[in-house]
Amino acid sequence: MTNMLSITGLSKRYNDGQVALENVSFDVNEGEILALLGPNGAGKTTLISAVCGLVVPTAGQVTVGGFDTRSNYRLARSLIGLVPQEIALEPFEKVINTVRFSRGLFGKSPNDDQIEIVLRQLSLWDKKDSKILQLSGGMKRRVLIAKALAHEPRVLFLDEPSAGVDVELRRDMWKLVSDLKSQGVTIILTTHYIEEAEAIADRVGVISKGKLILLEEKKALMKRMGRKKVEISLQSPIAVIPVKLQNFDLYLSNDGLTINYLYDAKASSNEITKLLNEISISNLQISDLKTSQSSLEEIFVSLIEEPSK
Amino acid sequence: MNFRSIRAIYIFEMSRFFRTLLQSFVSPVISTCLYFVVFGAAIGGRIDAVDGVSYGAFIVPGLIMLSVMTQAVSNASFGIYFPKFIGTIYEVLSAPVNFLEIVIGYVGAAASKALFIGLVILATSLFFVDIEIIHPFILIFLLVVTCISFSLLGFILGIWANNFEQLQLVPLLIITPLVFLGGSFYSISMLPKFWQVVSLFNPVVYLISGFRWAFYNNSDVSIAASLFAITIFTVFCIFIIFLIFKTGWRLRP
Repeated sequence: MTNMLSITGLSKRYNDGQVALENVSFDVNEGEILALLGPNGAGKTTLISAVCGLVVPTAGQVTVGGFDTRSNYRLARSLIGLVPQEIALEPFEKVINTVRFSRGLFGKSPNDDQIEIVLRQLSLWDKKDSKILQLSGGMKRRVLIAKALAHEPRVLFLDEPSAGVDVELRRDMWKLVSDLKSQGVTIILTTHYIEEAEAIADRVGVISKGKLILLEEKKALMKRMGRKKVEISLQSPIAVIPVKLQNFDLYLSNDGLTINYLYDAKASSNEITKLLNEISISNLQISDLKTSQSSLEEIFVSLIEEPSK
Repeated sequence: MNFRSIRAIYIFEMSRFFRTLLQSFVSPVISTCLYFVVFGAAIGGRIDAVDGVSYGAFIVPGLIMLSVMTQAVSNASFGIYFPKFIGTIYEVLSAPVNFLEIVIGYVGAAASKALFIGLVILATSLFFVDIEIIHPFILIFLLVVTCISFSLLGFILGIWANNFEQLQLVPLLIITPLVFLGGSFYSISMLPKFWQVVSLFNPVVYLISGFRWAFYNNSDVSIAASLFAITIFTVFCIFIIFLIFKTGWRLRP
């Protein structure tokens, strides 16, 4: 796979002394979707801004498509599309003109066919002659995406794309991201919505206090850190967990009707077999069994709470 | 040079001007008419010809310069401050363009608007007074360079300003007084000696004087001094903007 974005030792200290990024390094391959998670003020937006040229990094190097973003900024930036977190649009301008502006600004020749494709893709074609101020919040966000796609970028940065959008737009956006990925576009998105990362990302990075504390394949991460839970419902309540079962990490519900067993997803399945055998030996009658896996959200929270682990 | 980017910025900026074309057109026409009514007919009738030029005709170059300078500063400062204020500046800063291309796009648009207004005022004044233009090429040169240089100044102000109050402050407190005291409505030679010397420290004097020379071959300072002053001023503004983009001051934290 071709390396599309390479960040090495990126740091940013603002004039007021605040350290927004500290020695962040990672690579993203072409056509990959990377989700950057992190609480407010973690440094996600600063990271994107430093790559896109909105913030001057204190140290480090960034290349996009092999071009250094400082020494070869023209070629590097022409590959990048940026959808900012805040809705920032010229209120009195028509939708189509703002999108044409973006394409021209990035040095591309006028091409209304391409603009039409992008506007249709984002369900904006009917609104092409509307002024920005006549649009709803969701539509404005679509315009921001259209502007970022107008010059056919190879790397797309989506900074909190789902902030304040309805379910329909969020689903549309996920579909768009998936379509872009199939065209080989590399996508880096920051999000608060773990559901979003879980739904569309290939890899997940977690930023906390300006440091990249984790970067891993989403599936591997969930497998490695995800905990599974088995809920064993009993036909009649029990007061305490039988002695034979006390070797397992079990806890009993208040009504004495459910035994919960927590285990690592990567652990061997023998443990469950053993547990069920012991339950049978203990003469407990099972009425139901339910398993569930911890979400990325729970993993994320555990990482943020204990970043050293 | 990325001409497509320059074109995109220029067209986008000009579209704001065309959206409000009526205001852009009518406002200078009305204010020019008022100046001619007040200074030309009402007061001017009682004032002798200045250096052989009737007072009504004498104030035309100053009137054009007054509007061109204030319009150039306000258009250019608003043109760059507004994207900063609403946040759309992110797109320009993340685009594959250098500082010169950004400046040519924004300043070019602001200067074009100011030039248009200057020409409208010139055309309007033809209805009130007889005007002769002795040095048309110098006139065009000075008019265009003044539009550009004051748009550059406005661009710097727009980047510097942190709020709308600051955006208004410099034009109101500095530019307008300098233009009014720069000989728009009088010849510097009409002032007492002391104030004549003081006036020579006002850069606008050189522009208005040079502009008047292009019309009537009359000037307070030599045309060479005027051309030198406007060149130095333009180069100075470009240098300041270069430094702003190099350091990222008020643009890139």
